[in-house]
Amino acid sequence: MIEFLLGAETAQLLALDSWGGALWRGLLATLQIALGGYALGIVIGIGGAFGKLYGGPVLRDLLALYTTLVRAVPELVLILLLFYAGNSLINLLLAQLGAGPIEINGLVAGIYVIGIVQGAYTTEVIRGAILAVPPGQIEAARAFGMPPFKVLRRITLPAMLPYALPGLANLWLIATKDTALLSIVGFSELTLATKQAAGATKAYFTFYAVAAGLYLTVTLVSMRGIRWLERRSRRGLQSVEG
Amino acid sequence: MSWNAMKQTLAGVPRHRLILGGVLIALVMALALTMRWDWLPQYAPMIAQGVWTTIWLLVVSVVLGFLLAVPIGLAQVVGPWPVARLAAGFCTLIRGTPLLIQIFFLYYGLGSLFPQFPEIRSSWMWPYLREAWPYALLALTLSFAGYEGEIMRGAFAGVPKGELEAARAFGMPRRKILRRIWLPRAIQRVAPTLAGEVVLQLKSTPLVATITVFDAYGVISRIRSDTYITYEPLLLLALIYVVLAAVIVRAFRYLERHSQAR
Repeated sequence: MIEFLLGAETAQLLALDSWGGALWRGLLATLQIALGGYALGIVIGIGGAFGKLYGGPVLRDLLALYTTLVRAVPELVLILLLFYAGNSLINLLLAQLGAGPIEINGLVAGIYVIGIVQGAYTTEVIRGAILAVPPGQIEAARAFGMPPFKVLRRITLPAMLPYALPGLANLWLIATKDTALLSIVGFSELTLATKQAAGATKAYFTFYAVAAGLYLTVTLVSMRGIRWLERRSRRGLQSVEG
Repeated sequence: MSWNAMKQTLAGVPRHRLILGGVLIALVMALALTMRWDWLPQYAPMIAQGVWTTIWLLVVSVVLGFLLAVPIGLAQVVGPWPVARLAAGFCTLIRGTPLLIQIFFLYYGLGSLFPQFPEIRSSWMWPYLREAWPYALLALTLSFAGYEGEIMRGAFAGVPKGELEAARAFGMPRRKILRRIWLPRAIQRVAPTLAGEVVLQLKSTPLVATITVFDAYGVISRIRSDTYITYEPLLLLALIYVVLAAVIVRAFRYLERHSQAR
């Protein structure tokens, strides 16, 4: 079937036991980093949003510095800086403890780098969403004597979700595409796998088209899921379209 | 500034911010004094050249991209369905794939097909097609057109119906409505988002260094591999982008305040 559609030569290139398998493994690595980085970004974002809204003046200024800097410097430069800085820091720490330098797992490094970049954007999205929750709801929870963490878990987070979802959905799509930048620091995800496959076989056109198709598929499938989630999270709310 | 005037301005700043500012200045001083910056004078002209390349790539791609985005947005709102679908598909394709893949696809993919055609090899375009920057510029332009085209679609669709109907009631022909009412109103609607979009585009420009274009990032990478210095050039590069982003935001704020609209 594939042979019929693409011609024998291309089908052979894309076979799973040849370069197709490398692309497939690259795609899986891409999805792993994107998921991990996105999750880390959300954790940072929730903390950052609460720090910006309820934190002391020093914390607020530091968070403002973090979100402004991350959003003004190109992701590519941030990834390089965070990658080398993280590497040196950990090895410095290990040297202090008397252990030798280690090679950091590429997957962990990728997740950490994407997570810190995403965290800045997520902070802004969640901060805006919390501000959109009617303050009476949070005050009511406090008036009932709920401890702060319970207010967060039971009231603030669920109530802000419908407001945050469009922004968070957009950030997920950005996360999947930002992973491509990790190919620059030599992490073997889909883009680097494609580059190697194309370079080895000289079939540049085919491989880059296939990679674009794979990324596009991830985006389109994600958009489906996002639409479903948005409908679900808005149950019981007045529809915006009227 | 006299001592008293300085005291007065500082009195307006909260105390914690003064301390934070002091810490930050101390940090920058420490970076300047303890890190290696001896390479800077030697490479300064090269860096200036690189920043210039970044700026012109940014400006040309934003202008061309915006000119493309207007018909792409309009086609999605009023075009006959094949054209509308094509424009929407273009936006999805650009927004759904990483820019890095688009750049590689154009440079290595399309670039590897061209030499097969003798007509292209003997044409006037060939000297340009063998260089990297036309592909970089094309990729950046198409990318901006894709993102901005989607925004323009929303802007065209969001212009109040009554205004267009009023124009029609005055007997304006369709082209005049577009030129006088629809397009200016749509651009007014996207104007506040434009600064952010241009900063995003600025942050995309370093990707062109992957196909050997010497923009600010490309020059800094070259310095890093020449001198084996890891951090200092990268920190300088980050500073360059922060300054450029601040200039863009300020410039758009100034334009918005001094434009006639509103």
